[in-house]
Amino acid sequence: MSTSSRLLSRRSFNRLAAGTAATVAGGAVSACSPQGGRPSADSPLRIMAINHVWSQAVKRRTKEFEERIGRRVSMTLLTADQLSSSYNVKLNASGTDVDVMMVRPLQEQLLFAHNDWLADLTDRVGDDREFAWADFQEAPREASVTAGKVLSVPVVTERPTLYYRKDLVDGPPRTLDALLSTALELTDEDKGFYGFVGRGQRSGAVSQWSSFLYSHGGDFLVDGESGIGSRQALAAYQYYGDLLGRAGPPGSTNMSLEQAMPIFAQGKAAFYIDADAIYSNFLDPKVATRGVREAVGFAPFPAGPAGAKPHNIPSWSLGINRFSLLRDEAWEFIRWAAGPALSAALQSDGIPGARSSVWADSRTLASFPADLAESMRVNAERGLGYDRPRVLQVGRARDIVGRPLVAAILGESVRPVARDADAEFADFLVRDNRHKES
Amino acid sequence: MAATEVSPARAGTRGRPDAPRTRPPRTFEQANRRLKWAMLTPALLFVGLMIVFPLAFTLNLSLTDAFGAVNADKRHIGLQNFLDALGDTRRFWPAARRTVVFTVGAVVLETVLGLALAMLMRKPFRGMRLVRTVLIIPLLATPVAIGVLWLLILDPTNGIANHLLAGVGLPRQEFLGSVSQSLPVLMLIDVWQWTPMMTLLLLAGLTTLPEEPEEAALVDGANAWQRFRHVILPMLAPTLATALVLRAVDALKTFDILYATKGAGGGSDFEVETLNVYAYGLTFDYQEYGLAAAVLVLFTLFIIGVVVLLRRRGGRKNG
Repeated sequence: MSTSSRLLSRRSFNRLAAGTAATVAGGAVSACSPQGGRPSADSPLRIMAINHVWSQAVKRRTKEFEERIGRRVSMTLLTADQLSSSYNVKLNASGTDVDVMMVRPLQEQLLFAHNDWLADLTDRVGDDREFAWADFQEAPREASVTAGKVLSVPVVTERPTLYYRKDLVDGPPRTLDALLSTALELTDEDKGFYGFVGRGQRSGAVSQWSSFLYSHGGDFLVDGESGIGSRQALAAYQYYGDLLGRAGPPGSTNMSLEQAMPIFAQGKAAFYIDADAIYSNFLDPKVATRGVREAVGFAPFPAGPAGAKPHNIPSWSLGINRFSLLRDEAWEFIRWAAGPALSAALQSDGIPGARSSVWADSRTLASFPADLAESMRVNAERGLGYDRPRVLQVGRARDIVGRPLVAAILGESVRPVARDADAEFADFLVRDNRHKES
Repeated sequence: MAATEVSPARAGTRGRPDAPRTRPPRTFEQANRRLKWAMLTPALLFVGLMIVFPLAFTLNLSLTDAFGAVNADKRHIGLQNFLDALGDTRRFWPAARRTVVFTVGAVVLETVLGLALAMLMRKPFRGMRLVRTVLIIPLLATPVAIGVLWLLILDPTNGIANHLLAGVGLPRQEFLGSVSQSLPVLMLIDVWQWTPMMTLLLLAGLTTLPEEPEEAALVDGANAWQRFRHVILPMLAPTLATALVLRAVDALKTFDILYATKGAGGGSDFEVETLNVYAYGLTFDYQEYGLAAAVLVLFTLFIIGVVVLLRRRGGRKNG
């Protein structure tokens, strides 16, 4: 008999195997199941947010909040895609390691509500007089409500602004027709200068294109049916394709904010339409050339055949993870970060918020260039509260809606692509409604 | 072997409660077998938890209509997701075609260039260490960093590539901004990054080859091409087959560089959307977990098929 057999009899081997299996299984079960109980006082309040000027400004002030609640705050800043993927991974596992979630109400809220990932804040906002829920602008407030429940609180709003070069034109174009003709006149491809730059990526461009669509009299959905095959939508597709395809830089269909913004900042385009929240880039010596910093002007969205109808949306809101073990503290954070005092302070620093009282206070607009403040005010007045289809699967909807846009920019015939996309969008809406009901 | 058999007398006492307890026979083989299982247990548990469980979970998910959240209520719908994927001529089949085009194009170029460089570097020369160090630099960089680097170089408006082209009088190109140029450009970036690995693998193979056959061919009057084609290449075939399998599997799974340069959906016209990018989009952009799992199962089967095919062909050549 060998020594090894004495060391490991059948019984002891079975015990060892059973013990190992039980340990592993126990570990797996405990790792997968939601943990109850309350975290220790050392556990931080975990906030996941977009890497945005708003979040950076709030992060610099978190010490003040930590002292107020007596708990450490851990704030993670990510890009929008990373943030969305992180939520998918964490919340699919019912993760408790995120308390406050910065979400895009128009992109994710319907889906997160469908998944039951966001805590209901209706009573909290309703019972808190100091928080003054009614003070939030109507469009962002409406976007925060899903199926009658308040699921998020808006903190950052944005509208499309026309950025232009004062040294190249006498004044900003007031109409889309004037914008196109001036942009075409100013384009000089041999010198690498373009009349217009903007987002051209299939999905990324849809939100900016929405203002062109509304200003042509169209909409994503008309009476619950696909609206992207309508005459107005075709005109808006064709217009944007002409503008970016003929007066825009090469490679426009690969451009989102990150690619388009530097082209204007480097003085290689005369006009640029994008969110007003990014205006500080064109005044920043690290981003923009001196010529651009000195000559950049800001104007309201130009009028189309149906008038000037830009979007005015809550781009980012704060919600609470339903699985969070620190929901009361998370609400305290939202009360503080979206409260009247901090909203006013942040807007005074040039970060546009969602509170009407703050917008009514001229002191909070003093930090914005005068023409930008006026552009924001006008666009907010005229704006619609959404910039993408209001469906469960916004990502898929944007991919479908953006296809004719890309065809138009590439100079292809828009009509057949729009017809095909319209049919696909109609099928998609049926499936999306089915998902909503499930 | 007789020692391992149980005698009838002993076997007869087993079921009786009043029978005296007897220890089962201990042999080296039995003990060895238990010890073997004990040693294997951690590895088996690891494989079970990390490979078998995720595969089984994905397979199960692919048979459901999971949407929105993985842990939400879902129905088993049989093979419907597989039928939907295989019937999808708008996204699935174009993505499959791009996966094959990207892999074949990149791997063929990498193999040819890698072999050429390995042949050049086969004999010692001055500065060989420096050349080898420089060669592995692309391998050390992360794919996302490489993606950003090439995005900056190839930017149609501000990139240095177009400045250089304009400087020598050539027309400006859109590169990654173009629907038609994106896939070939990304294949070339892949070639830039991974040719050094092929070179190093093949160089390692070349250094182990005996010199006598080549010398004999030289004496027989064979020229350089004939020595390469009829002497070196057949001897290098096993290394070449292994390098091809490794690189092909890796190229099939390429995701990071495509995502870093073209974003979700593989560009505005889905121009670089491979099966991997498509499955990622279904999961994270569309939250269609059932369909995404079905695409991944099909993709895994495809990769296994490619590996089996390459190994069979490699084995036949070796044989």
